[in-house]
Amino acid sequence: MAKLPIDEEKIIEQFGPHLKHEPPGGWDQSIGEPDQRVKTHCCFCGQQCGIILKVKNNSVVGFDPWEEFPFNKGKLCPKGVKRYMQGSHPDRLMYPLENRMGHGYERVSWDAAYSRVVSEIQRIQNKYGKDSFAMLSGVSLSNEKSYLVGKFARVALQTANLDYNGRLCMVSAGAGNKKAFGIDRAANSWADLLETDLILCAGTNVSECAPITTDYIWKARDTRGAKLIVVDPRITPIARTADLILPVRPGTDSHLFNTILNLVIQAGDIDQQFIDQYSTGFEDVKTTVAKYTVEECERITGVPQKSIRTAAEWWGKAKRSFLLHARGIEHHTKGVDNVLSCINLVLATGRIGKVGCGYATITGQGNGQGGREHGHKCDQLPGNRDITNPEHRRYIAKVWGIEEKEMPGKGLSAQEIVNAIHEGKIKGLLSICFNPAVSLPDTKVTREALEKLEFYANIDFFMSETARYADIILPGSLHEEDEGTSTSAEGRVIKIQKAVNPPGEAKVDWDILLEIARRLGKGKYFDHFKTSEDIFNELRVASKGGTADYYGITYERIEQEMGVFWPCPEIGHPGTPRLFEGGKFYHPDGKAHFNAVEFRPSADEINAEYPIYLTTGRVIFHYLSGTQTRRIGFLSDQCPDPYVEMHPQLAQKYEISDGDWVTITSRRDSIDLKAKVVKTIRPDTIFVPYHWAGKQSINRLTQRALDPVSKIPEFKMSAVRIQKVERSATL
Amino acid sequence: MSNWLEENDLFIDPQRCIGCRACEAACAECGTHRGVPMIHLEPLNRPDSVKTAPTLCMHCDDPACAAVCPADAIKRTDDGVVQSSMKPRCIGCSNCQIACPFGVPKVYRARAQMNKCDMCYDRTSINLKPMCATVCPSEAIFFGPKSVIESQRKNKANNQFIFGKQKITTKVHIMMDASDEPVELDIMDFISTTIEDSQPWVV
Repeated sequence: MAKLPIDEEKIIEQFGPHLKHEPPGGWDQSIGEPDQRVKTHCCFCGQQCGIILKVKNNSVVGFDPWEEFPFNKGKLCPKGVKRYMQGSHPDRLMYPLENRMGHGYERVSWDAAYSRVVSEIQRIQNKYGKDSFAMLSGVSLSNEKSYLVGKFARVALQTANLDYNGRLCMVSAGAGNKKAFGIDRAANSWADLLETDLILCAGTNVSECAPITTDYIWKARDTRGAKLIVVDPRITPIARTADLILPVRPGTDSHLFNTILNLVIQAGDIDQQFIDQYSTGFEDVKTTVAKYTVEECERITGVPQKSIRTAAEWWGKAKRSFLLHARGIEHHTKGVDNVLSCINLVLATGRIGKVGCGYATITGQGNGQGGREHGHKCDQLPGNRDITNPEHRRYIAKVWGIEEKEMPGKGLSAQEIVNAIHEGKIKGLLSICFNPAVSLPDTKVTREALEKLEFYANIDFFMSETARYADIILPGSLHEEDEGTSTSAEGRVIKIQKAVNPPGEAKVDWDILLEIARRLGKGKYFDHFKTSEDIFNELRVASKGGTADYYGITYERIEQEMGVFWPCPEIGHPGTPRLFEGGKFYHPDGKAHFNAVEFRPSADEINAEYPIYLTTGRVIFHYLSGTQTRRIGFLSDQCPDPYVEMHPQLAQKYEISDGDWVTITSRRDSIDLKAKVVKTIRPDTIFVPYHWAGKQSINRLTQRALDPVSKIPEFKMSAVRIQKVERSATL
Repeated sequence: MSNWLEENDLFIDPQRCIGCRACEAACAECGTHRGVPMIHLEPLNRPDSVKTAPTLCMHCDDPACAAVCPADAIKRTDDGVVQSSMKPRCIGCSNCQIACPFGVPKVYRARAQMNKCDMCYDRTSINLKPMCATVCPSEAIFFGPKSVIESQRKNKANNQFIFGKQKITTKVHIMMDASDEPVELDIMDFISTTIEDSQPWVV
């Protein structure tokens, strides 16, 4: 039935988000010497910084910098410093709960909870077919859990409809990388940033979303005199000091990159030898970009011709370069095209696979990299294999001990699953680590969809806005309550250590999945998993021979070497910090592939009624849908509510002053927010951060239009109108 | 003990500051002033810029706060650290708060005591870096030898400040480039059109 059992205000009263400001025991009490100091990692972004958690009496009571860990050397952003506050939180779910309409959520036994979940899965699948029960997963999960979810959905649930929240994050980059390179990973470790001469950051708010990367960029600038180009509609903290700012109009990125490439080609600054020897498809790209003139580019992107020419000159003449991009160019209906237009620039100048020459997407979610390799994507099998490839299917079926024909095919992507629920085609849902009620676009539709489910079970550690709809809520584990591995934005496989046990009756996530599998009569495929390491060892075998090959990586090696870069295909293999050395790419022909892309408009149309571009993103103090960070006092205090950034010119036109309430309306819905009038954003564009729920959720205004290849929603460009409100409804 | 605090100084490089407040968050975790940061980060003028800068005790060679303290509660160690006030002596009179040219000391009324940054003496006395300089993601706060930072950065370390006729030398350095004039950034400087003549593009 999946409906809110009581008013949301009452749910919030009981389950939060409440703010926790103090560690266990409070500030006034000395913690004394901790029982344990656990060297592990931060959970709050793809950089996966090393951190030491102080543990006392099965509680995480504080942190220490881990200065020996090579990526961050003790550095942390405030989310890292305060991450330990999520443990021992008053909102922590500790017992299985059942949704009782009109009464709220009632504590039930694990046995009762499992029985209900399993009987509903069986009822729905018997009545409507296997694929009518879907699963949604998330990449805050370890590699082990990501792998297990993939196997669980295909073998125990036997559904094709499994997808994950990375669909809202890294899929455009992943698809673009696979098309161009035949592999989906940052081409370099961040060590190559230190050795480069020109850094181009496209749609990546590095300082707020990957803060440690700021220091790598500064080191290259200070020690080598590297130049920095930032492509962004806002002057973000990293753009503030950049050598060149290209403030693109949202949704026009590929036009800019095509034009820059055209100028580079015209100036003769391409590496013809690299192109001839190591790539295919350049002539096609050359013909395509020849149409992209600087004059037209200025008109469409809003970037002055002089700046476009300067960028092309710097990119063309650089000896070494490193291109970084993130969601700013990827969250579009042409996200994959934007990525490919960047990669074309990199390949045309041949600056990849060499010291100081690199390219990477900055993966945003904690295990955004590893989580997109081992099988909880709707089209994928472990080792970044393809679920539609017969050979890949046979290999994984053998590892799993099933017949190839028993393995479901390609399923729907995350947004498509929610659409199918809304259309009544999918009737049941199990989700873990995913908060679509906040994170998916067009919130009204997401909430309507949840209410249409005949049964919904949710595994999580806090009562997320989505979990409130669940019929059964199963308390899973926090990052620090289980061991496992994750893979950082660099492609470094690292070890997450267990610091404490899950509190109350909460269980480690994989324990929950294993028990559901057993009760579905599929125990024989899962019973050999006694530890996380057992799951990892099966993952190693399952990944063997795939592009994301982990076979040579062991827990012991990761700990000894402080991480191993995949691909690492054999025991004793040193790992691969830098891909593509010697011009070796991962397509069957061994070459890099150019892909010509034509610029096309965004899905939402700007017109007289909706004349303003809305773009959304993160702030440094929050992580994703805010399920964790909206509960941590220090972080929430710095940025308690969303707001709308606008330029003084735009504000003046609508007679809006700093601090005024503004109604923003898109073709979907409207929202009231306070204005922050700043000179750091294009005057035709407004920005709203996306970490909040309900009336504060900017995703009420965003749209469900998807990239045709990656199926990522177009979060970064919506057409809106704004109006000052004299007296706003309170939030 | 080696001469850790004599060999190393603290440096603030405002151009690198990203406003993340990791310094405040981490400082507040200290065992001696739990929950209260002794470093403060401020946006300089958010309507015009995302510029931010941390403020912490500059650790003057001849500290005004100590000179004006009627209770002799503020001591400077031999290795150059100006300590927080000594609890048994501090009378909470706020003289130090008024005298400091950098506006650093603060009297906490609940404790009737002045507390301020003591350069993490608990850490620096055992050869660890101060907490803010350890966690700062962009190395806008750096702890190390002056020769090292000057060899690694394009800007220069300055630790002399003029207030009226008084010249103050401090243990904390600010990274500056004398040739740079202050600049104001408006995105309009990088855009060729104004809102009035900006038209939606057509393919």
